[in-house]
Amino acid sequence: MAASVETMPDAPKTMRDIHAPVHASVAGVTRIFPAVGEQPPVHALGPLDLDLVKGEFFAVVGPSGCGKSTLLEVLAGLSAPTEGSVTFEGQPVSGQVPDGVGVVFQEDASFPWLTVWDNVAFGLRRAGFDASEITRRVDYAVGFMGLADFAQAYPAQLSGGMRQRVCIARTLVLQPRLILLDEPFGALDQQTRLLMGDELLRLWRETGATVLLITHALDEAAMLSDRVGAMSARPGRFIELVETGWPRERDSRIVSEDSFGRLTGHLWSLLREESMKASGHQMGRQK
Amino acid sequence: MSAVALDKPANATLRRWTDFFLLIAGLVVVWYLLHLWAGEVALTSPYETVAKLIDLLGQAWFWPHVGETLLALFYSLLIASIGGLGLGTLLGIHRLSGQVAEPILVALYALPKITLYPLILLIFGLGLSAKVAFGAIHGIIPVTIFALNAVRNIKPVYLKTARVMRLTPLQAMRTVWVPAALPEIVSGQRIGFALTLLGVLLGEMFASQQGLGFLIINAIGLNDVPVIMALALLLALFAVAVSSALLALDRKLHQRS
Ligand SMILES: Nc1ncnc2c1ncn2[C@@H]1O[C@H](COP(=O)(O)OP(=O)(O)OP(=O)(O)O)[C@@H](O)[C@H]1O
Ligand SMILES: [Mg+2]
Repeated sequence: MAASVETMPDAPKTMRDIHAPVHASVAGVTRIFPAVGEQPPVHALGPLDLDLVKGEFFAVVGPSGCGKSTLLEVLAGLSAPTEGSVTFEGQPVSGQVPDGVGVVFQEDASFPWLTVWDNVAFGLRRAGFDASEITRRVDYAVGFMGLADFAQAYPAQLSGGMRQRVCIARTLVLQPRLILLDEPFGALDQQTRLLMGDELLRLWRETGATVLLITHALDEAAMLSDRVGAMSARPGRFIELVETGWPRERDSRIVSEDSFGRLTGHLWSLLREESMKASGHQMGRQK
Repeated sequence: MSAVALDKPANATLRRWTDFFLLIAGLVVVWYLLHLWAGEVALTSPYETVAKLIDLLGQAWFWPHVGETLLALFYSLLIASIGGLGLGTLLGIHRLSGQVAEPILVALYALPKITLYPLILLIFGLGLSAKVAFGAIHGIIPVTIFALNAVRNIKPVYLKTARVMRLTPLQAMRTVWVPAALPEIVSGQRIGFALTLLGVLLGEMFASQQGLGFLIINAIGLNDVPVIMALALLLALFAVAVSSALLALDRKLHQRS
């Protein structure tokens, strides 16, 4: 085992390797939003620990409002934890987003004043890449996301799902080493979702990036990831980190495997109670 | 070229111009009917008004008055546009000040500025500075309110995106804050222009020996209806031309969001 670690590149080839280096971590993190006016303070997250291993695909599932987006912002350095510490590539994260981190937000963040093409090129231009490199990367990403016909359109002319793809492309062209995705496929239908999942897996394999994907779809989490973190109702903590055991070479066809059904079922059994709590016990009481 | 480039625009432009000319023709007809109904002494006909305006534009003494009004308008717009933009931006960025200032601004906006006129006269005396001040206080308030809201309503996720892209404050300002706020800012400038012009003319009417406002009040005193009408037409043409240009820009910017 130890020998194989020696020869292994950063991104493990088969299952998640527990000996692979930690890429990003949160330790003892809590996030409490201070009181505003009449509103009491909101304890949104934690205390919570998580080590993301370099090159792994980690999914986060949990009931609505449990603090998933809050965790993402803390991890990205967009918002400081109330307690605890965050590190990325061995450096403490504080105050600003570290280089090499890409984020796709839950809300539509496409810029309405730029065309699709210019939206995707936005970060590259600011970072001072030369024109030919920008053209190469943007053309590729726009095609990859199925937006080639709409390259010169403005976001107002696109559907919600297409706008979200613009944001994904805008993040991917910067080739981040840690990609944080907050329900990126929320506005897509199930079929497109599965296909986009396949594309994401391909991209993840090609780039060797570490991915943290927040999703509300348990099957999506089970299909895409190496590990799934199931979160409790607010304040969000991990109830269990579930290893999926999929090979690195995988695609959406694994949904027909027995173990896929078992995994999804297991995730639901973990989250059923928590989801009831989050929606105010109503469903539980009726029984 | 792309799937969204439809072949509609040429047609739409044609229709817009047709609509525009129909509207103008309709207005002229209504004007003419009113002229027939009210009589020569109250309302000159469209033809006579245009003839009078052309006559005025041919007179050497007329142009210094136009120049005076344009100069006063220029200075007032400078103060209202830039001052309002700066003030509104600061209030938009600093949330607490914005919350305190907004109701005050709205109250001032509703206040008939003419009630402040004696005060302006006491401070600035007769002449250009009083007109400029009066024009500026009309225009600066809507420009400020719009700029404040433009900046305050920028979607937080745009600013988060700027942080994830690790933009410098200057880059973020230039490439995110400004374009995000621009459509609302242009709306404010459009309304600010109309009100500034109104303020300058009012200022000229009540305390000046120069400018188009002065000519109007003078003609009112002499009951010289053709001159009043000709000046009103000139001002209307000017205001419509500038407002249309700003409105076109405004529409173009708002279409995208
Ligand atoms: N800026 C804020 N101020 C106060 N409370 C906040 C703020 N942002 C989030 N919260 C609260 O923190 C809790 C967690 O929010 P968060 O957005 O992280 O949930 P989530 O798990 O992403 O939910 P969803 O699945 O609906 O996206 C919620 O109860 C929310 O009301
Ligand atoms: Mg969320």
